[in-house]
Amino acid sequence: MDIVVVGLSHKTAPVEIREKVAFAPTEMEAPSQQMMALPAISEGVIVSTCNRVELYAASRNIEAAIIELKNFMSEYHKIPSDILNEHLYEYEGEAAIRHVLRVASSLDSMVIGEPQILGQIKTAYGYATEFKTAGVILNRFLHKAFSVAKRVRTETAIASSAVSVSFAAVELARKIFDTLEDKTVMLIGAGEMCELAAKHFVNNGVARVMVTNRTFARAEKLAAEFEGGIPVSFENFREQLHRVDIVLSSTGAPDYVLEAKKVKEVIKSRRHKPMFMIDIAVPRDIDPLAGKIDGVYLYDVDDLQGVVQANLKEREKEAAKAEKIIDGEIVQFQKWMSSLQVKPTIVALRRQLDEVRKVEVEKTLSNLNGLGKKEQKAIEAMANAIVNKILHHPTNILKQAQNGSDGDLYIDAVRTLFDLPENTDAQQQIAEPLDDQ
Amino acid sequence: MNILSVLFYAALVIYFLASTFYLVDMIGKKPQAGKIGRWILVVGVVLHAASFGVRHATAGGTPVTTLHESLSFFAWCLVLLYLLLDLRFRMTVMGAFAAPLAFLLMLGSALSPDMVVQLNPMLRSWLFPVHIAFAFLGNATFALAFGAGVMYLVQDRMLKSKRFTGIYQLLPSLDSLDKVNYTCLSVGFPLMTLGIISGAFWANTVWGTYWSWDPKETWALITWFLYAGLLHGRLTVGWRGRKAAIFAIIGFLFLLFTYLGVNLLLGGQHTFDAFTN
Repeated sequence: MDIVVVGLSHKTAPVEIREKVAFAPTEMEAPSQQMMALPAISEGVIVSTCNRVELYAASRNIEAAIIELKNFMSEYHKIPSDILNEHLYEYEGEAAIRHVLRVASSLDSMVIGEPQILGQIKTAYGYATEFKTAGVILNRFLHKAFSVAKRVRTETAIASSAVSVSFAAVELARKIFDTLEDKTVMLIGAGEMCELAAKHFVNNGVARVMVTNRTFARAEKLAAEFEGGIPVSFENFREQLHRVDIVLSSTGAPDYVLEAKKVKEVIKSRRHKPMFMIDIAVPRDIDPLAGKIDGVYLYDVDDLQGVVQANLKEREKEAAKAEKIIDGEIVQFQKWMSSLQVKPTIVALRRQLDEVRKVEVEKTLSNLNGLGKKEQKAIEAMANAIVNKILHHPTNILKQAQNGSDGDLYIDAVRTLFDLPENTDAQQQIAEPLDDQ
Repeated sequence: MNILSVLFYAALVIYFLASTFYLVDMIGKKPQAGKIGRWILVVGVVLHAASFGVRHATAGGTPVTTLHESLSFFAWCLVLLYLLLDLRFRMTVMGAFAAPLAFLLMLGSALSPDMVVQLNPMLRSWLFPVHIAFAFLGNATFALAFGAGVMYLVQDRMLKSKRFTGIYQLLPSLDSLDKVNYTCLSVGFPLMTLGIISGAFWANTVWGTYWSWDPKETWALITWFLYAGLLHGRLTVGWRGRKAAIFAIIGFLFLLFTYLGVNLLLGGQHTFDAFTN
């Protein structure tokens, strides 16, 4: 049994293609079942997000599985396969494992380290359990992917820095203020990006939002969107500034709406408490000279972009660490995969029972004093016979199951029921000659 | 090796270990290391205190008379106050400043000649340990304010220039650094004031005069005025942030001169020789 991945992502397909092959979240049952009907597919999971559509499958016949999955994609979405195939990639075995672990850990995302993808794969896995398309292998594999993603998140700083302008603004504010809970934000103008940033600030605990706009009605309307939002008339907003810790400005004004001189006065009347000013307007709203004033931290749109770029670079560095974590996890998962083979399982099972036999025979013999050689031999022979009889039927079933579709299920069940070790220790133990034979 | 040097070198090694852990926390971004570092420091400060206890018993009085003892005591005060500050602010980066500084002070102490001397009778007054304790605890507090001030300036510089290097990630917010500055100032200033006053009373019992304009006294007074100015500015005009940070740095430089420079360069009745002869 091997893992196969067929799919496309933002790296290989433009949005025009991606939107055509996306699977609607409301109707996952039909494609799930159609995929499971493919002869070479034993287990399957469909992952569909706006940036990627991928099919994960477990199969005994890799080549056939890849062809079937590709055809399934093109037939289901009614896209000629020669067009679709240009954008599709395929992975098998170790490469497939690596790919899925990287995707789940957000190393393959458009914005490295973004957190959504993990949730999206979890949703996909939810459908797979709902429609029973995931079996022993994919169940185990996706749980592995989730735990690897968690490790990457906690052991590297891949998601620690902000990579959107509005998050970068919140992050910078945290470098200035030790808490945002008692802070006041003022929105000057009604730029969308400022509004978004204000919402991030509110989500991060900011206490009050003031809104000012040349048209007072618009200020009122926007203020109503924030709990306890206060509209301020444009003529008076400067008089309110001393209460404001964070200014978000994005008016369409051709000139500065806030002069450096005014900012200096405001800082003084605030008793030099620092102010964080974000000027997203082009042309700018706040005189850049204000940024030179002690205690004023003024950022324009380019500055914030610069922060975002620097953070992205930082994430790429962390991604290298994540790749190392994934390398280690792949080795581990492959150990489990290879333990799912029939032969080593039978050997391990026999070894396990032989162990029990040996211990019990020894115990019995040491309790029964004065037995002759013959009697001892008889007891040993009996114990051997019991073990062989018990093993006879399960061994046959396992050997037959090897060719059936639910072979892994039996193997995994046997390993669980008899508590057989699944890592290399098991393989090594198998390699050792069994000393009592 | 007698028990005294065992305790002393144990503290020295422990401060070094703690420094390593704090730096691993900072550079390797491993918060666990900082926590270990903190507990190591707690052990260190206890052992170090024990070493002073032994010294006190051996010398029959306050054991802060030679440069060796003085540097070592400074290190102890610094670590103790950092741990107290840490209870309130939880700033690992301050540990990464305080622990190596304590280690360096200990190293300086280890390199200066050590002898347990029988105390000069004039040092046997109860006012002497009081004077010493206040003065050194004050110094240590201002050393922490100095560290926070430097960090503030670095962070402020980066936020203003919009260039963020590696250290940016490690520094706490400007506000909290400013709070450290204020806390240290409001604790350190009374300590320093009491240090000077108790010193004056002690001088009166020994030399029959409260104030003799000896260089150390003069410089201590200058430093005191500097910190008084900063405290006044903070409370009345609302100085804070960069200005307060710069003041804390300058203040500490004066303090360092008062503490070491005067002894080494200017002489006077506070020199270690005067104590031990």
